[in-house]
Amino acid sequence: MNAPVTLSSAIEPIPEAHTIPLDQLDVSDPRLLEQNIWPEYFKRLRDESPIHYLPDSPFGAYWSITRFEDIKFVDSNWKLFSSEPVIVIGDRPEEMALDMFIAMDPPKHDQQRKAVQSVVAPANLAQMEDLIRQRVGSILDGLPIGETFNWVEHVSVELTSQMLATLFGFPLEERHKLIYWSDMATAVPEMTGGICDPEERMNAMGDCARRFSELWHQRAAERADGLPPGFDLIHLLQSNEDTKDLIERPKEFLGNLILLIVGGNDTTRNSISGGVHALNQFPAEYDKLRNNHDLIPNMVSEIIRWQTPLAHMRRVATEDVDMHGHTIRKGDKVVMWYLSGNRDERVIDQADQFLIDRANARQHLAFGFGIHRCMGNRLAEMQLRILWEEIMQRFHWIEVVGEPSYVRSNFVKGFTSLPVRIHPK
Amino acid sequence: MPQITFIEFSDISHCVEAETGKSLMQAAVDNGIPGIDADCGGSCACGTCHVIIDEAWRARLPEPEEDEVAMIDMNPEPQPGSRLSCQLCVTEDLNGLVVRLPEFQM
Repeated sequence: MNAPVTLSSAIEPIPEAHTIPLDQLDVSDPRLLEQNIWPEYFKRLRDESPIHYLPDSPFGAYWSITRFEDIKFVDSNWKLFSSEPVIVIGDRPEEMALDMFIAMDPPKHDQQRKAVQSVVAPANLAQMEDLIRQRVGSILDGLPIGETFNWVEHVSVELTSQMLATLFGFPLEERHKLIYWSDMATAVPEMTGGICDPEERMNAMGDCARRFSELWHQRAAERADGLPPGFDLIHLLQSNEDTKDLIERPKEFLGNLILLIVGGNDTTRNSISGGVHALNQFPAEYDKLRNNHDLIPNMVSEIIRWQTPLAHMRRVATEDVDMHGHTIRKGDKVVMWYLSGNRDERVIDQADQFLIDRANARQHLAFGFGIHRCMGNRLAEMQLRILWEEIMQRFHWIEVVGEPSYVRSNFVKGFTSLPVRIHPK
Repeated sequence: MPQITFIEFSDISHCVEAETGKSLMQAAVDNGIPGIDADCGGSCACGTCHVIIDEAWRARLPEPEEDEVAMIDMNPEPQPGSRLSCQLCVTEDLNGLVVRLPEFQM
């Protein structure tokens, strides 16, 4: 068993990366992201120990893969590197032993993913575009002008929760439950170094399963009554041969719902916040954007690279694998640090600069590579594109007026608050 | 050099001379064909260089490897003739090849 992870939320100072012996450098410390001091740690690993083994950490022994091309190699080789049983660095407590396709290998992964991926098929995305634009517009039009507010709460969370509710066919007035359940699922201390109370989490997972069971039965009854099917996820699951009786496999039912809620929540939410933050850190880029709105699609890719809202994915070696002279043993945990690969100077020119007109901006790691590549990537890009198109219609400047605060986690790279003030056009 | 025709989803057609030994994806990128994203740079890891091979040509191309099949399988709208252009090598035998681009890269 691993050592218990401390739950203290006080800001504890941690040493600078260059003062730590290389063989003790632990990038799983969730305070690196919380205190926004991760870049120096990962740069050190990229430069000095790109295939790095740490025999002991609160999350057990693990290998860190930190360069772009090495991450791509691991991510693309599902036969050498299994996604089972879980894709975050820490092992899961018993009550989180859910079955989700992101943490399955073929062929089961393929069956389950196929059942849901049509929710993000082109025809569905086209149907959603107008709705997203309308919702973005009404959120932006409701923002206070000339006073300081938290962008995370008023825009990032609000927009993401509305979109998730739409995708799931979940009652809009209950949308904040989706965010709450997602936060509970990702903040498990022993899995990601987050902070949450086990009992509260257990209750939240129970509520989530119950509410979605009700919705499942309600949808089934509506269809039995001859009501036309929607395009939402529950309908898709019910229409697919492999998943039509998913409800009878509760761990898989809840697991895949949680997966899709988390997949659409932290990612989009933190990219929405990260874009505003980055444009304020790089004012010349904001000027480029003001002068040329056609840069928005390229900027969206750059925002996603810059933010990399999910910091890592974990694999387990299925046989001994040699990488740059290091032997990763069968059964070893291998962590691909996407946030580091996306700052790898070997592949990305001026990787520490946020450049909205960057060439090859699409060639980033944030969606992962291989069979587990993000399913919602096009939806995410569409949401961000529409958001920035509508922002630029309305506002001259979303000014960041104070220090942001960040999520404590080694998995979710995100903001808890971002104080801003809006300057209209 | 073999001539290859790329037809966009909107039916706009581009006939290009492709360099042998490079991938079909590279031929598209080198010639500025819109609609090929190639997010992973050509290593069969993202699925965003998806093309649909004209029926007459399907049997004349080498069978896809397992990795390519797996990536195409992840596309919500695979079609008969769907291939990843990064996995097809341009040879003289491909002179006259016609491929269509999907509505979106996924």
